[in-house]
Amino acid sequence: MTILGGIGFGAPWLLAALAALPVLWLILRAVPPAPVRRRFPGVALLLGLKDDESVSDRTPWWLLLLRIVAVAAIIVGLAQPVLNPKQSGTDVDGPLLIVLDNTWGGATGHSQRMQTLDNELMRAAQAGRAVAILRLTDPADLTFQPAAAWAPRLAGLEPHPWRPSPSQIETALRNIETADAASTLWFSDGLDYAGRDAILDALEAQGPVEVFQSARAIYALLPPAYVDGAIELNVLRNTAGVPQDVVLLAQGRDPAGNAATLARATASFAGGAKTASASLVLPSELRARITRFEVQSARSAGSTTLMDDSLRRREVALIAGRDNREGLELLAPLHFLRQALEPTADLLSGTLRDVLPANPDVIILADVATLSDAEVDGLTDWVAKGGLLLRFAGPRIAASDISRRQEDPWMPVRLRSGGRSVGGAMSWGEPKSIAPFAETSPFYGLSIPRDVNVSSQVMAQPDPTLANRVIAELSDGTPLVTRKTLEQGQIILFHITANAEWSSLPLSGLFVEMLERLAVSSSNASITAGDLEGTTWVPQVIMNGFGGLSDAGTRAGVDGGDLIAMATGPDMPPGVYSSEDRSLARNVMSVDDTLTTAVWPARIPVTGLDQTPPQPLAGWLLGGALLLLLADIIASLALSGRLLGASTARNVTGALVALLLAVPASQSRAQEDPTNLAAELVLAHVITGDAQVDELSQAGLRGLSDTLFFRTSVEPATPKGVNLETDDLAFFPILYWPITPSQPRPSAEAYAKLNAYLRSGGLILFDTRDANVARFGASSPNGRKLQDLAAPLDIPALEPIPQDHVLTTHLLLASGFSGATHQPRHLGRSGTRRCPPNRWHAISQPQRRGDACPDRGQ
Amino acid sequence: MINPAALRARSETEAASFPPLLARAEHLAGAVLLGEHGRRRAGIGDDFWQYRPSQTGDSLRMIDHRRSAMGDQNFVREREWQIAQSVMLWCDQGASMRFSSIDDLPTKADRARVLSLAMAILLSRAGERVGLTGTRLPPRRGNAQILRLAEYLSEDDAAEYSPPEHRAMIPSAAALFVSDFMGDIAEVQLALTKAANRGVRGVLLQVLDPSEESFPFTGRTIFESMGGGLRHETLKANDLRDRYLERLAERKEQLRHLCALTGWHYGVHHTDKSAQAGLLWLYQSMAGGART
Repeated sequence: MTILGGIGFGAPWLLAALAALPVLWLILRAVPPAPVRRRFPGVALLLGLKDDESVSDRTPWWLLLLRIVAVAAIIVGLAQPVLNPKQSGTDVDGPLLIVLDNTWGGATGHSQRMQTLDNELMRAAQAGRAVAILRLTDPADLTFQPAAAWAPRLAGLEPHPWRPSPSQIETALRNIETADAASTLWFSDGLDYAGRDAILDALEAQGPVEVFQSARAIYALLPPAYVDGAIELNVLRNTAGVPQDVVLLAQGRDPAGNAATLARATASFAGGAKTASASLVLPSELRARITRFEVQSARSAGSTTLMDDSLRRREVALIAGRDNREGLELLAPLHFLRQALEPTADLLSGTLRDVLPANPDVIILADVATLSDAEVDGLTDWVAKGGLLLRFAGPRIAASDISRRQEDPWMPVRLRSGGRSVGGAMSWGEPKSIAPFAETSPFYGLSIPRDVNVSSQVMAQPDPTLANRVIAELSDGTPLVTRKTLEQGQIILFHITANAEWSSLPLSGLFVEMLERLAVSSSNASITAGDLEGTTWVPQVIMNGFGGLSDAGTRAGVDGGDLIAMATGPDMPPGVYSSEDRSLARNVMSVDDTLTTAVWPARIPVTGLDQTPPQPLAGWLLGGALLLLLADIIASLALSGRLLGASTARNVTGALVALLLAVPASQSRAQEDPTNLAAELVLAHVITGDAQVDELSQAGLRGLSDTLFFRTSVEPATPKGVNLETDDLAFFPILYWPITPSQPRPSAEAYAKLNAYLRSGGLILFDTRDANVARFGASSPNGRKLQDLAAPLDIPALEPIPQDHVLTTHLLLASGFSGATHQPRHLGRSGTRRCPPNRWHAISQPQRRGDACPDRGQ
Repeated sequence: MINPAALRARSETEAASFPPLLARAEHLAGAVLLGEHGRRRAGIGDDFWQYRPSQTGDSLRMIDHRRSAMGDQNFVREREWQIAQSVMLWCDQGASMRFSSIDDLPTKADRARVLSLAMAILLSRAGERVGLTGTRLPPRRGNAQILRLAEYLSEDDAAEYSPPEHRAMIPSAAALFVSDFMGDIAEVQLALTKAANRGVRGVLLQVLDPSEESFPFTGRTIFESMGGGLRHETLKANDLRDRYLERLAERKEQLRHLCALTGWHYGVHHTDKSAQAGLLWLYQSMAGGART
């Protein structure tokens, strides 16, 4: 391709023909204009006179210019000019391998990248090169296909919300080795990742590599932290450039349930800094509504952070059975609970009747034995709606008769009286340790410190259901924690006290972890893989590469440890995962991630994405030349006086006048005198355009009219075909509408008219004409057409007429529905079954020619 | 085809402003047909001229007894010799006359007819006999003749350039030829020579369109005669102008020369001038005054 003045030419030697233009000028100007014909009696005197020279009058200069420009446009157009030709690049022939990073880093400039890719495919198609596309985030076997075959598949190349994993890199390397590509175009997303160099080496072994990489900054948002009552948001960028402000949006649902931006904060990158942070102070009510944070103006999975319930502060009501003795704080039943829950939960205190209206998430009863009836009423409802009632044992429960003979509704198990004490001064044996948690237990995976032991507990009564309800037990098999569910809520009993009197559990970190597992507290901020060991998390909502959310459907669960430790990948896309009552957001970015710009060796040509695509100009030029030549024809005709001969002008004017006259004439024919229609009852059918159906409708309605005339006091006039577009429907009591698959869909105005007709008491009788074979529904072409036609109508969904419908008894003239077939008819009712008859929209079999009389054949 | 009644009405209007015209009668002696021209001598006529004594040879019937009874001598009542001049018209009806360069101008034929008929009306009022050359309408007197003239003048001739009609010319009569004389000059020559031989004198009026005098054409042009029979194509019409005008002047000179030889009057009338001017000139020339 030769480039002249910024325009590339595919066949530059054709431009040499431009040199012939001056010759053309000379030739064209010698052509005489068309002669003028004149009547002149003096011609007798002219006979025999000769012209001096044969040079004619000259063609007007502008006509000459027009022709020259047209010819020049044709010449230049045939030389295949291309605007914005690709300046660089190697001209290699052979299979072309296109490598896409396809990570979330390229999501923001994805459309631009696809545009560039499309241009490259077009170029490859022009060169006749076979193309294979390799996505590093989803490496598949390479298949070289004609470039044109890839173009429609570009829409499917959406970025993935993960970076290439080592295994994916390996697969890609294997595929590249077998590819045998002549050259490679690499669309990099601009982020560095492990294994990129290896792939580059492998590609360079095959042929020259050219890289497309946008200079656009890539932002990533780290998971927010809740520090000192404020949400701290950290933003990363891949290049340490100029100072810059980034707006962060907190998205969630407003109280009405609509998606809304709940808050926004501005993070300022200092010059040369790659991180910036912003803090956001929000009321807890608003904070709990936040579902995700995102960077404004960036649209990728990395710049979106999903929120789990780590920001959501649970409301926990603490109620102790006995009054706190002043001064003995460490012995207070609620002290350790308060210590454990305070960082992550909002604590309520008060009586049960006070806290219930606040609808807390959890109510903890520490050594509360009996509940009053008034308290019980509210508590049952609260638990049934999903509340968690957490009870701790204690001397009072041990001493009371609660849940002794039969199970108390607010106790998970029956208790033996008195409880037991082991390892004390007055008893034999050692204090018991806690047995490892069973797999079915919510505590499964928690490590048990050695120094935790239990010296006293209340004992559960052996019971058939006991085994199912135990979620933690002591080393001797006695239950430590039992649980039962009550509708949506659950009731959990720790068989020990909440303070350190009966055991050292409240003193250990295990106590806090157990509370977390029970979703009493929710602190995902400092969660580690070990914390989630042994749990299975099921994705609820997953995020695509653009940061868009979608329902996870039935994806397989993920192990809790992997969820924290592993990078996101095809098996574990970022999203919100849940396990039992807890939810955990897995984001693309982890707290300690950084962004690094991909840097390429100097030998690799790197092109930005913002280059204007090459624009072939040949079509424009040739089309313009054609227009110029058309103009030349018109101008030449005008010059020679033959553009519009007198007779032509007269004919054209005549045709126009005839048209103008014809239009009102046809309209006036369509409009009938409405007084005639209003004076008599006229049955009407919709004109379908199918002559046979229309004739059938007309004949059927005429038969029906005749029958009505003979048998009733109704004397209908001749039925009328109705054009929905032009005719006024208000005069027809019933509109028979046969369905043909080919009939045109009425215009919006016609539908407005039909709806007005229905609202003012009109009755439309649709007829699919195939009820005997197709039954009810859209199983036939006519049925589907009916659904299509009736969709814009203001009628409820159609249903078959039930046997006891008033229509079945209302037709006094006939004992049943008569027609060609005796199928149950379908009825769409607006309102209840007893709505007035003129509000029904029924579908019925047509009164066919032979069956015009309703009771014929009976 | 012009409505003869309309043609006559217009011609009457044109002629109304002129007094009745007496065509100049030069050949008193050879006059054959009686008319109202007093010859200032005794002869056949209606008006009294003189009483003269009867001479030998006078028939007895010629004696005016009322006068003779007043004396002994016999007198003969003589009347003044009166004759009517015959004027023959020829108005070119050919296709070449049906031309006007601009819509506003009348065609040459139209102007020629108006002038011819106006002359005929004037002559008729003066008591002359007016007719057409040729045998179709011999000279007669009276209003009916004017009607017939109007009718004949309204007819169109299919010929491109119709030659002057020179048959059956009455000797010693007067004639009026109106045409554009674009056709063959030999025909005109023949007609005038023949007329001169018979002692017919008259007026030759050449009616021309202004465009025929100025030739305002440029560019590539195909000139066609009115019937389409003749055609001349030129690439530069403006180049032809001078040579055309030369030929036109030559034609005029030929006509003038011919008229001078035969004792006719020659005049040129342009359709952009008023018909009155043309009629005035005709009036004067027929009366024997102006010569161009």
